[in-house]
Amino acid sequence: MKILTSNYITCAVKACKSSTLSFPLHFQDAELVQEEVDFNAEFIVGILPRIEWDALIVTAAELGFTNLPAQKPEPTEEAPLGEQVLKDLHKLLLETQVTEGKLVCGNCQHIYNIHQGIANFLLPNHLV
Amino acid sequence: MSRPEDTLPPDLFYNDTESYKYTTSSRIKSIQSSMTQRALQLLALTSPSMVLDIGCGSGLSGEHLSSSGHIWVGMDISASMLAIALDRDTDGDLLLADMGQGVPFRPGTFDAAISISALQWLCNADSSEVSATGRLSRFFDGLYSSLKRGGKAVLQFYPKNDVQRTMITSAAVKAGFGAGLLEDDPETKNKKLYLVLTVGAGRGEVVGGAVAGRDVTDVVKGMEGVDVIDERRKGKNGKGKEIKGSKSWILRKKEQGRNKGRAVKGDSKYTGRKRRPVF
Ligand SMILES: C[S@@+](CC[C@H](N)C(=O)[O-])C[C@H]1O[C@@H](n2cnc3c(N)ncnc32)[C@H](O)[C@@H]1O
Ligand SMILES: [Zn+2]
Repeated sequence: MKILTSNYITCAVKACKSSTLSFPLHFQDAELVQEEVDFNAEFIVGILPRIEWDALIVTAAELGFTNLPAQKPEPTEEAPLGEQVLKDLHKLLLETQVTEGKLVCGNCQHIYNIHQGIANFLLPNHLV
Repeated sequence: MSRPEDTLPPDLFYNDTESYKYTTSSRIKSIQSSMTQRALQLLALTSPSMVLDIGCGSGLSGEHLSSSGHIWVGMDISASMLAIALDRDTDGDLLLADMGQGVPFRPGTFDAAISISALQWLCNADSSEVSATGRLSRFFDGLYSSLKRGGKAVLQFYPKNDVQRTMITSAAVKAGFGAGLLEDDPETKNKKLYLVLTVGAGRGEVVGGAVAGRDVTDVVKGMEGVDVIDERRKGKNGKGKEIKGSKSWILRKKEQGRNKGRAVKGDSKYTGRKRRPVF
């Protein structure tokens, strides 16, 4: 699972929909790989507004990346984001992937297992 | 030919053997490929986007998202299909998930969504605890929420009959989507149905489906065979309110009068038209 996806995904348990603790899900025992993905500056610029930066900081720290800026880099008309910033984001969001491990909900503690990069989000019916 | 949806639940139907057969069939590859291209054309994305592929299977649909420069997340209920997607080195991020249980993403995240040949599976409830309608509404509510405002979804599906077709489209409209149906090669055995959905202004900001209907008209404007699903046009038989004084209202009142034996003027092309002020 890409770090970008982990910034999008929430707990699927019905009772967690309204809880602020159900996002982001927390990585445990994560094994990481770096896999090259074609760099596309326009894509990064396009999704940046929809990244939850505080959640990204939490996730990154859980995976051992602690040097993210405290504030989301915000491009302006006069100062668009530099190539290096975009490449760093690209590397973290798209090229860093969790292949094995767990995602755990901070509200209901439900564990979503990740195996071969695929997270299992199937729930027993009573939790849906 | 019997429909697989009527024989087994999807995760059992798409076992290792069936998933392999499906993915290696050159006939299926070419059909899935052309339908995905059509869906992409209808989405008309102008920049590299974050796309959700619902019922992504072994990645036959998703690979066209990749080659168009998009990043995608795929969800599928069949572990065997996803295993083949891994073998084929699919670029998409994969989730083992049941769309009938919802779409587990933060609100407003995806730019767009596609689904190719998967939705009809939702019409068969696969456990006695949950109804098909319940699963459909959980799916469309979740999809609606996970798309960004102005986001679009194109869902190609194979309804078994008109009942299923209506079940699916009305669940989409109920979730708040502006919806249109596009039929390619109608009246042939190759006919393909695409549900085109748009997320308009936030729910609650607009009363009823007023804006929704217009949105989708823009999306599919000029495309032949598009049928905009607009609850308001249903008149007195639908859920929408008929407007007093409108042409349909006048025609209905006149019909009622005639049925009661009253003398009523005949209908003409002027019936219910706005009159110019006379000076
Ligand atoms: C005909 S295949 C299409 C796969 C892919 N979209 C393609 O174009 O090749 C239908 C897929 O829908 C999936 N599916 C059926 N019901 C589902 C559900 N409730 N949730 C997620 N996926 C489902 C099946 O597992 C199968 O992989
Ligand atoms: Zn939870």
